[in-house]
Amino acid sequence: MYPDDRRYTREHEWAKRENGRVRVGITAFAADRLSDVVFIELPQVGAEVRAMEPFGVVESVKAASDLYAPVSGRVVEVNRALVDTPELINQDPYGAAWMIVVEPSDSSAWEQLLTAEAYARLVGAEGA
Amino acid sequence: MRMDNVPLIFEYSVPGRVAVALSDPGVPEVPLEAIVGAEHLRREPAALPEVSEPDLVRHYTRLSQRNYAVDVGFYPLGSCTMKYNPKVNEDAARLPGFARLHPNAPRELAQGALQLLWELDRMFCEISGMDRVTFQPAAGAHGELTALMMIRAYHEDRGEQRTRVIVPDSAHGTNPASAAMCGYTVVTVPSDARGNIDRAALRRAADGSVAALMLTNPNTLGLFEEHVVEVAEIIHGCGALMYLDGANFNAVLGITRPGDQGFDVMHLNVHKTFSTPHGGGGPGAGPVALKQMLEPYLPTPTVERDGDGFRLDDERPKTIGRVRAFVGNFGVLVRAYAYLRTFGPLLRQTSEAAVLNANYLLQRLRPYFDLPYDRTCMHEFVLSGRRQKTQYGVRTLDIAKRLLDYGYHAPTIYFPLIVDEAIMIEPTETESRQTLDAFADALIRIAEECETDPETVRTAPHRTVVTRLDEVAAARNPNLRWRPPTKAGVTR
Amino acid sequence: MTAPVSWQPHKYLPMTAEERDEMLRAIGCSTVEDLLADIPVQVRLRRALNLPPDLAEADLLAHLRQMADRNGHADRLICFLGGGAYDHWIPSAVWHLAGRAEFYTAYTPYQAEVMQGELQAAYEYQSMLCELTAMEVANASMYDGASAVGEAAVMARDLTKRNAVVVSTAVHPQYREVLRTYTRHLGIRIVEVPYQAGLATPERVAAAVGEQTAAVIVQSPNVFGCIEQGRALAQIAHEAGALLIVAVAEPISLGLLEPPGAYGADIVAGEGQPLGNHLNFGGPYLGMLATREAFVRRMPGRLVGATTDREGRRGFVLTLQTREQHIRREKATSNICTNEALNALAAGIYMAALGRTGMRRVAEVNARRAHYAKQRLCAIPGIRPAFDAPTFNEFVLHLPVAPGDLNARLVEYGFLGGLALGRWYPDLADGWLVCVTEARTRAQIDALADVVAQVVRAS
Repeated sequence: MYPDDRRYTREHEWAKRENGRVRVGITAFAADRLSDVVFIELPQVGAEVRAMEPFGVVESVKAASDLYAPVSGRVVEVNRALVDTPELINQDPYGAAWMIVVEPSDSSAWEQLLTAEAYARLVGAEGA
Repeated sequence: MRMDNVPLIFEYSVPGRVAVALSDPGVPEVPLEAIVGAEHLRREPAALPEVSEPDLVRHYTRLSQRNYAVDVGFYPLGSCTMKYNPKVNEDAARLPGFARLHPNAPRELAQGALQLLWELDRMFCEISGMDRVTFQPAAGAHGELTALMMIRAYHEDRGEQRTRVIVPDSAHGTNPASAAMCGYTVVTVPSDARGNIDRAALRRAADGSVAALMLTNPNTLGLFEEHVVEVAEIIHGCGALMYLDGANFNAVLGITRPGDQGFDVMHLNVHKTFSTPHGGGGPGAGPVALKQMLEPYLPTPTVERDGDGFRLDDERPKTIGRVRAFVGNFGVLVRAYAYLRTFGPLLRQTSEAAVLNANYLLQRLRPYFDLPYDRTCMHEFVLSGRRQKTQYGVRTLDIAKRLLDYGYHAPTIYFPLIVDEAIMIEPTETESRQTLDAFADALIRIAEECETDPETVRTAPHRTVVTRLDEVAAARNPNLRWRPPTKAGVTR
Repeated sequence: MTAPVSWQPHKYLPMTAEERDEMLRAIGCSTVEDLLADIPVQVRLRRALNLPPDLAEADLLAHLRQMADRNGHADRLICFLGGGAYDHWIPSAVWHLAGRAEFYTAYTPYQAEVMQGELQAAYEYQSMLCELTAMEVANASMYDGASAVGEAAVMARDLTKRNAVVVSTAVHPQYREVLRTYTRHLGIRIVEVPYQAGLATPERVAAAVGEQTAAVIVQSPNVFGCIEQGRALAQIAHEAGALLIVAVAEPISLGLLEPPGAYGADIVAGEGQPLGNHLNFGGPYLGMLATREAFVRRMPGRLVGATTDREGRRGFVLTLQTREQHIRREKATSNICTNEALNALAAGIYMAALGRTGMRRVAEVNARRAHYAKQRLCAIPGIRPAFDAPTFNEFVLHLPVAPGDLNARLVEYGFLGGLALGRWYPDLADGWLVCVTEARTRAQIDALADVVAQVVRAS
């Protein structure tokens, strides 16, 4: 149900390794919970992010949610398309709605992330 | 209600029309450049509408007809105390001696106004069991901020740097927001199974770093905090202060006083408890009543008795400073004064009627909705639409919208956050039994519709001037203002 | 059984004693006391409230009228007093409309479908305020001008991630006090720039800004009535990477003066009272807040937006609410909830009543009559203007007599004199801030000048 080519945080971000870099987005579960996303705030390229600290904000009409970095490192790519078309987050959370790509500064955080199976259990427990 | 669309005031505009007649300057003509300086002159007039007085009057009258209001019908908006707004209070506030009084008038020219405030201070203190009042705050949240700043000044004056404020999970959003504006970290404490603040969790959180507990009592579930005395002991035991969010004060006037419950400071929502109109979102007034130990930190100015007269005191060495210009929302306070003088000691009866009305309505609705905290309520109660959601796929939002079709304003919904599909109903004391029965009948009928015709409820409202509005589009592409057409005739 | 508590009929309470008992029976109780069982006995009030006895309506009004009549209000005294609150003519239509109970007895428009009137009026107010200030977006109102300035400073901090604000001492002292209160616990440092010749001079402001400056705050016309050099100040702020916040205490001035948006202001924060609201001894007024579109998500307060319903009809909703406390809680842009919607409604009606030509016209009459008054008063031996900078409808004079004493004499002649500035500015102990709006006639100005000349001569 959740793609097993990537890992997950307890705050509902996904992280996908690509040639040593980490692409980040939010899960379909999170996108559904928010309902229609209307706004996203993302960092600039070059910004430093720290594992499990906020790197941005995503908002629906009635809710706002911080985005947590799965790993520490430097932001090397930002998906600016989301700023104009935040609805992509509801439509294609694992593909077109990726948010940032991070050059990790430390590989240890990766191991703390949940597998797809563990994440599925987590959201099952949250009463999805 | 009129069903047809009302154009924007800008859309009536015809160049050359005016809705006012202004006299000529009547003074020797001097070039404007010589008066204000050529470089300061506005080049293009502001693109304000150009309408005649009849256009203007009809436009805003038609807009008023597209508004629900207490004078139109029952407004059971929980936590907002939408009671009747007496007409004589409006006359009182419009007396020229009040409405036309300049805030910078010297005190000898403002003795009547200052006397009114002083007497109101005394009445508020008697009702709240406190010692002093500041009239500075313009609204409840402003009062919270003011009170927290005084609490902070109090601790700092004693050489203590406390950093945290405890807020229950059932609190209004203004509580944590006010704490943050005062530089405090917010600690959230859960509610227990009876809807009271969880005392075990409170004990764990209460230590020397806590500046205050912000509590609403009766709380936002409409329930009286049964262990308020013990809660005050826990909080005072760690050197912190007890703050009362006075949003629900209407339940207990003359029955119990916050000052006697162990609270040190509170705000009063004059626009809830003391019948002043909400004005479609404001103005309010949020005077803060407090115990003597906080008096040195009162914001300036304070109203002081001075021999036979009264004065405003700006010279208070330990003051937190001003939170707004001038004395406060005086015009709102005049209405509150008139209200209190209309009741006197009979005020207690308003709370008794408010509590009885709420319990009566609860009794009528109880079989049809879930009641997460089944206790005798105070002036309001919180139902849950969970049954309707899980069994029929109808959300609380839908039920609220359907109520609009029946000619009622909806209750507060999805608050407090700790109740799933919350429906928070506050009838107030100014509603008759007949009104309550008719409202209950409507809500019961909607509960039946959830079963028999859920689609009608899900797509409600049907009888309003507009149907459900696209809030997603409004937030994605905000259109927050009219824009004048460009010269090419295209909106820019 | 507890003895039945006496139950007196009251005009605001529909419940009769009989109905009370029937309703109690319906819920299985015998007395109201049964409903109060959750309130611990030791905190109950065991006596009647010690409040003055209830008054009948006629007696209440007589009592209030007596108190009101003790005040030296602007219908009794000819008002030349300003200093943050202004006595303007309010067209009759304004409060006949804003005073309609469908507006004033409504709550915040949470149920948009039945609140289109309030919402559309707020949208129109936002639009008109944008036109008046030449800013891109405006919110639905703040508490007052002073708190709007405080909130604007916090907003600038959030936008720039810098922690100092530079403020001119020619900004209304009460606005600066509120600025201090609002920023004290947020780690924002306030740097005051002393006024020079009645103005925030570009030289002094340039010397005060630095790389931690989030905003430069000036007021125009300022507390002395002087018009600031907005363009130069904006340039200084922007070159330092800071925002320019312009406080407007007298928005009528914008009918005639270049609006802040035209000279580069990033935030306009001000007082909307002069737009159709009564003096009210200081409130309720309304805070105006307008800014650039790019900054809207850091803006505090309610915003109304246009959208469509399911049938495609235009409608209005509260929008961008995730900025606000009921959703964001401690991370909200502000704690503000209740605002001054009714006063903003009145301001909107006022702006629509005056319209494009009327707003310019009323501002012009203010400027012309104030200028005339300045000339008349300055012709009195011993009186001279305090500053050379151009002014709008307020100006400061140096007096040869104590301003407070002059004001006391003026009351005897039926005038509410100008503001004695010494309390706010010790260096202006002989300073008298005079305000002349369009509500003052030439005859009143002449009469004032005659009496002032007489008092000064006699001293």
